[in-house]
Amino acid sequence: MLTSMQGAVESGLLYALMALGVFITFRILDFPDLTVDGSFTTGAAIGSVMTVNGTPPWLAIICAFAGGALAGTCTGLLHTKGKINGLLSGIIMMIALYSINLRIMGKPNVSLRGFDNLFTNVSTLTVMIVFVVIVKLLLDLFFRTDLGLSLRATGDNARMIRSFGANTDITTIFGIALANALVATSGALVAQYQKYADNSMGIGMIVIGLASVIIGEAIFGSRTVFRATLAVVLGSIIYRIIYAFALRVEWLEASDMKLITAVIIIFALIVPSSRRIWKQKNIARKRTAEMLNSFENTQPGGGR
Amino acid sequence: MLEISKVSKLFNPGTVDEKTALVGANLIMKPGDFVTVIGSNGAGKSTLMNIISGVMKPDAGEVRIDGQNISQLTEYQRSRWIGRVFQDPMAGTAPRMSIEENLAMAYTRGKSRGFSFGVTRAKRDIFKKELQRLGIGLENRLGAKVGLLSGGERQALSLLMSTFTRPQILLLDEHTAALDPARAELITTITESIVRDMNLTTLMVTHNMEQAIRLGNRLIMMDKGRIILDVPEERKKDLTVEQLLGEFERISGKKMADDRIVLG
Repeated sequence: MLTSMQGAVESGLLYALMALGVFITFRILDFPDLTVDGSFTTGAAIGSVMTVNGTPPWLAIICAFAGGALAGTCTGLLHTKGKINGLLSGIIMMIALYSINLRIMGKPNVSLRGFDNLFTNVSTLTVMIVFVVIVKLLLDLFFRTDLGLSLRATGDNARMIRSFGANTDITTIFGIALANALVATSGALVAQYQKYADNSMGIGMIVIGLASVIIGEAIFGSRTVFRATLAVVLGSIIYRIIYAFALRVEWLEASDMKLITAVIIIFALIVPSSRRIWKQKNIARKRTAEMLNSFENTQPGGGR
Repeated sequence: MLEISKVSKLFNPGTVDEKTALVGANLIMKPGDFVTVIGSNGAGKSTLMNIISGVMKPDAGEVRIDGQNISQLTEYQRSRWIGRVFQDPMAGTAPRMSIEENLAMAYTRGKSRGFSFGVTRAKRDIFKKELQRLGIGLENRLGAKVGLLSGGERQALSLLMSTFTRPQILLLDEHTAALDPARAELITTITESIVRDMNLTTLMVTHNMEQAIRLGNRLIMMDKGRIILDVPEERKKDLTVEQLLGEFERISGKKMADDRIVLG
């Protein structure tokens, strides 16, 4: 049990970078980016092939980061310059990347057994905690810079930031590129951790990322960027813990996990919004009752 | 300063919904001019604003600032010269970001945005001082999310954000129309003092006839995409709302039709 818990936290940290990427597109840019399913595998493919060819693992991961950024840039260009609907441009890139990933790997899967990776001779947990904390803090700092502010404003009020001289096409492309770079990095790390890359490993990644973001925000809140990125990282870990528990339920199989993820997201999306509506209704009812009361009490009573 | 020459704009050209928004509109503004714009529904007031700010490009004609033709520049490229306050109090600010972050974005108008921090201690001091001019206590709420502010407060903030970097041209697009009378009056007062103190060249669209006469040193009236009346400062001083409506009827041959019109 304890080892499976440690494994869950490790995976949570590995996938946390992917969740941070999804957070940037979904929450900061307000852009539903489906490129993620493809770019996650792209990262894994680049990282694995380079490792197999003798590149140091850390360099392979940096290249995966660049590959993801390139994929994100393409999606951004399709959307802003090609004026293609956001969802559609993500889907187009996802499909294109499926073939590209096969080209990079040369076959449907690459095994990394027997090769040195980032986690050889060191504790995965320690490496990942340090790595994720650094990335999280760098992101927090970035979102406080002039460029970071204009990126946040692009998702919040694009018209306003344009009237102050920001090119929202550029900020959108930059944001999507950064997001997919993180996703690809996560893919490369996961491949090194599980010692193989597979062309279908990215399927459903967007949903898992979204689940992490939503779970994290629901539990830890998202008042500030610092808080929100922390919530996303923790959300990713909690998702993996839920996953580990679900696998221990007898009548559930590993293949049911995508369905469970979908159910988690549906609940996480519906519960807060219906609770808000219910609360508002209650407040409105209370306020009306109060008003009617004070109205009746101040009624002059004459005239009849 | 600002020169608009023979600017025309068609909407949905070549379809049954074709609509002439502007036809050969001409306007020259001198530095420090404060021009109020009135006109009936669909007169082309908003289109004029959108063409100056670069939201739309004219089908024909030119827009020049300080002699430079800017007709083909995009909105974000023109923002270096132009500050704008929209009618909708939600439009001019980013709700999920704090007051100081919003001000920081306005502060970098026309500069390239890089990796230096948006809000620094030095900038925070400037923001506090600027916010004090508004006199509504926002200087004590720098870290508050703008989404928590009232419509009036947001509009005051938008006004400050569009002006404190001293743009060459200030465009006010019915910026008090969505507010209740007391708040509208407050924003009008703030507008007057900012425009006067900074000597900004200003173009203001309004539905309030009395306001159009009271504010600024020049008044123009638009109808069917044309500027049909241009009242200079000397005549504007003694103008009344009745005279203005009379002028409109005389020139256009119909009554001023505007469902949102406020006479005074």
